[in-house]
Amino acid sequence: MIKADRKTGLVFFPAFDWAIDPTHPEREERLLYTQDQVFEEGLFDIDGITEFKPDLVTHEDIRRVHFCAPDIESVTTESHLISAGGAVTVAKAVMEGTVEKGFALVRPPGHHAMRVVHGNRGFCNINIEAIMIEYIRAKHGVRRVAVVDTDCHHGDGSQDIFWHDPDTLFISIHQDGRTLYPGTGFIEELGGPNALGTTVNIPLPPLTSDEGYLWIIENVVMPILNDFQPEIIVNSAGQDNHFSDPLTNMNFSAQGYADLTTMLNPDIAVLEGGYSIEGALPYVNTGIILALAGVDYSGIKEPGYDAARIAQPAEVTREVRQVGQAVLSTWREREALQAKLVGGHTSVSRRRNIMYDTDMIYEMQIDEITVCKNCKGALKVDSSSDTGHHLFGVHIPHGVCPSCRAKAEQWFDEAKKGPYTLRTMQDLDRQEFFDE
Amino acid sequence: MIIGLDVGGTHTDVVLIGEEGLMRQAKVPTDPENLFESILSGLESVIRDIDTALVERIVLSTTLTTNAVVTGKLEKVGMVVAGGPGLNPKLFACGEDYHTVAGAVDHRGRVVEGLDRDAVEALADSFLAKGIRTVGVVGKFSTRNPTHEQRMEEILIKKGIEHVFTGHTVSGNLNFPRRIYTTFINASVYAIHRHFYESVRDSLKQQGIDIPIYILKADGGTMEMVTSMAYPGEAVMSGPSASVMGAIPWAPESVDSLVLDVGGTTTDIAVFVKRAPVLEPLGITIGPWQTLIRSLKSSSVGLGGDSLVQVTDGVVVIGPQRLGPAMAFGGSEPTPTDAMVVLDPGERDGDLARAEEGMRRVGDALGLDAREAAQKVMETMCLAILEHARKVVAEINAKPVYTIHEMMDGYRVVPEEILLLGGPANTLAGYLSAYTSQKVRPVPHWGVANAIGAALARTTCEVTLFADTEKGVILIPEENYSKTMDRHYTLADAEKMAKNFLVEKARQAGSRTDNPETEIVESMAFNMVRGFRTTGKNIRVRAQIKPGLIEGYKL
Repeated sequence: MIKADRKTGLVFFPAFDWAIDPTHPEREERLLYTQDQVFEEGLFDIDGITEFKPDLVTHEDIRRVHFCAPDIESVTTESHLISAGGAVTVAKAVMEGTVEKGFALVRPPGHHAMRVVHGNRGFCNINIEAIMIEYIRAKHGVRRVAVVDTDCHHGDGSQDIFWHDPDTLFISIHQDGRTLYPGTGFIEELGGPNALGTTVNIPLPPLTSDEGYLWIIENVVMPILNDFQPEIIVNSAGQDNHFSDPLTNMNFSAQGYADLTTMLNPDIAVLEGGYSIEGALPYVNTGIILALAGVDYSGIKEPGYDAARIAQPAEVTREVRQVGQAVLSTWREREALQAKLVGGHTSVSRRRNIMYDTDMIYEMQIDEITVCKNCKGALKVDSSSDTGHHLFGVHIPHGVCPSCRAKAEQWFDEAKKGPYTLRTMQDLDRQEFFDE
Repeated sequence: MIIGLDVGGTHTDVVLIGEEGLMRQAKVPTDPENLFESILSGLESVIRDIDTALVERIVLSTTLTTNAVVTGKLEKVGMVVAGGPGLNPKLFACGEDYHTVAGAVDHRGRVVEGLDRDAVEALADSFLAKGIRTVGVVGKFSTRNPTHEQRMEEILIKKGIEHVFTGHTVSGNLNFPRRIYTTFINASVYAIHRHFYESVRDSLKQQGIDIPIYILKADGGTMEMVTSMAYPGEAVMSGPSASVMGAIPWAPESVDSLVLDVGGTTTDIAVFVKRAPVLEPLGITIGPWQTLIRSLKSSSVGLGGDSLVQVTDGVVVIGPQRLGPAMAFGGSEPTPTDAMVVLDPGERDGDLARAEEGMRRVGDALGLDAREAAQKVMETMCLAILEHARKVVAEINAKPVYTIHEMMDGYRVVPEEILLLGGPANTLAGYLSAYTSQKVRPVPHWGVANAIGAALARTTCEVTLFADTEKGVILIPEENYSKTMDRHYTLADAEKMAKNFLVEKARQAGSRTDNPETEIVESMAFNMVRGFRTTGKNIRVRAQIKPGLIEGYKL
């Protein structure tokens, strides 16, 4: 019998009866062949690998992260509650020490869901990693968390949620936004005024292969993680960098993914995208599970793997290294950059138009954060969309200072007179959430 | 009439059952060195002056193959395994002649690497040179495409290997390591199983008894002896299933229940959903082997009538050791049996004075008198058994499911009754009722419930159908069936086909009923979409005849 070096907990929830629509990439069939591979390899029989049944997340769990318009019921289905619940279930098992590593192999995904949710964007409704992270912060006293998003698409939802949080290091490695949805994730996107530098974007050119990807992990991601010293490392484990993925243009292999997992050594991995459902997912998921558990994965090989065909062109290698160097030097200068960019501002406001590609919704958003040396700052969001909903949300962070709390409460009060269909409060410091 | 015979570790129980009920029962000692004699002497005690022509069948449950597997006294067999990419198939080595060869199939049954036929031929020669006559062949994903296994079988047979067991026929389930172990067990107990049961059959024939012989399986079902030659591994661990099946006539029909078989050293816990025993999700684990052998879910806790009672830090601790019989029966250490003798001297045999001495010893450590100590012991035992039973049920309810429908509306097992088997069943039932709101009842004839269970168990089987309309192929691996079809094949067609195969398989395995209770346990059809276009359907159907009792006999 095979024994895992590290106890590893899995939630496998393929939602075999749920699809965005019948021919959508996010459909019933997506994890069917992964199930076949994982079952046939007998991974759940390995001594030290445990499969857990997911719990559903509660509305309170969702409200730690999101402002939903008009309400949570309207923008989620049971599948979302189970998917997020799967992530929470493995995180709980890791925090309680039942297992050392956890992997939520669940769908639907979540990393394109931002703090405000009017509907589905990029196949995502609610952000399953963010819900998981705020859960373990609320229940297990975790503070510093690093999220390394290795999905091929920029994790713009996670970036939005953690934008103002200096306790969450968010690193997204993805195919360059000039060539792929959602078109963001450039090196210059660094985080809000109180958290400048803890958002790290690493856009890679098309045709990046195992070589370039692993170079970035070793030479850029690991040193940054080392500096940040997180208590927990979360991997948003999208699998669409694979050479066979139909929606992207990268050249990563199943062995590459397993090596990445070994190198990154995350505490918790959560499945994100990946739509090569026959040629990649069965093998990549097997590789990630074995790498987490510390079982030899060298025999995994997907059909059609040809090292020569996916070898990285020299100009791609050059570009990858340039991006890596630029990211690293920005990281090292982040404090100076913060001082320079924030200057004497007492608050910073953004105005954005956000498109929900899946549900075809347009959102207009204005937010404002207090610039604060004593806490993460109070945040207010004014968001309206062509669904007719107009919400006003106030976010009070963990460890808020008295003056930012006063400001937040003042905003919430003043908004009574505003044109809003919903006023909603997200008080993480007191774990109080309410609508008016 | 039917004869049920269960050869246990210490006793062989045998019953003769007629349409009107239990006609005869007997208990003879088992001679572990000679199971054959145990069977014959058991039989003799119920068939005297019976017209054996009126006996419809005899069902046997023995520890023969279980002992062989557990003690490792197995026939030397060869294993040839074609794994391909993934976990190294060498990790699943079993037996001394385990070999891997090139050849691979993927999850959809596409051949991704040709079989190394030369290597198989060379292995055949080396097996023959070593005198190996039985070989198991297993391929990864062979249940999706058995080609490589079938070629290996052909080559080996052609070379002169006498018996080849193929992985795809043992189960339609996906699990390569378990398929390897299951095939290995089938191959390595084959000769022992065959020799033994053919001897039983011949010996009965010589005495003029020519009755169909059935063998009890680990899933609480039966198969005819002839069929069992292809699946000898299915007969391992039939003992616990015999007892569980023997409780069915008394299990409630409309609610769930627990079956507790309280022995000297352990208590075995099984669960009925209505009257159907809960099965292991994949198969039984025997010795070091995790298998695909269908089996009842049974959980053992080290707590029985003869378990050692100690007081540690002011707390009563029962088991898991057993140091001998109860003091009331000549032992030297206190046991729960002594507690029951002290509390119910009229109901129980045994030396009351010795039992009281034992309970006084327990009481001294607790500051209680003998009677109070006995009550404390029974309380501890009942609570421990109930707690273990609760965990067994919780584990069944925590089994992961893969659809939102099952997640939200899936069946939750909630046992409302407890059925007790075993020596202390009558007495223990009274104590248990005090600690649970569940209704507690001893099973009538508990002493031979195992033999009754064997006698009345129906023939069970399972088929798995896999259809891929994009590839245009239907597969029923266990039945060695494959066929091409057109794109119009539907889930309903698949269910119908699976049921037809199931009924035929049951008939061949010995089912004599006109209406076998078939059940579709899994039925899924996935649209296969390639490039935003539906290119086919991926259909999976699993049908079974679940364990239960045959009709026409009452107790």
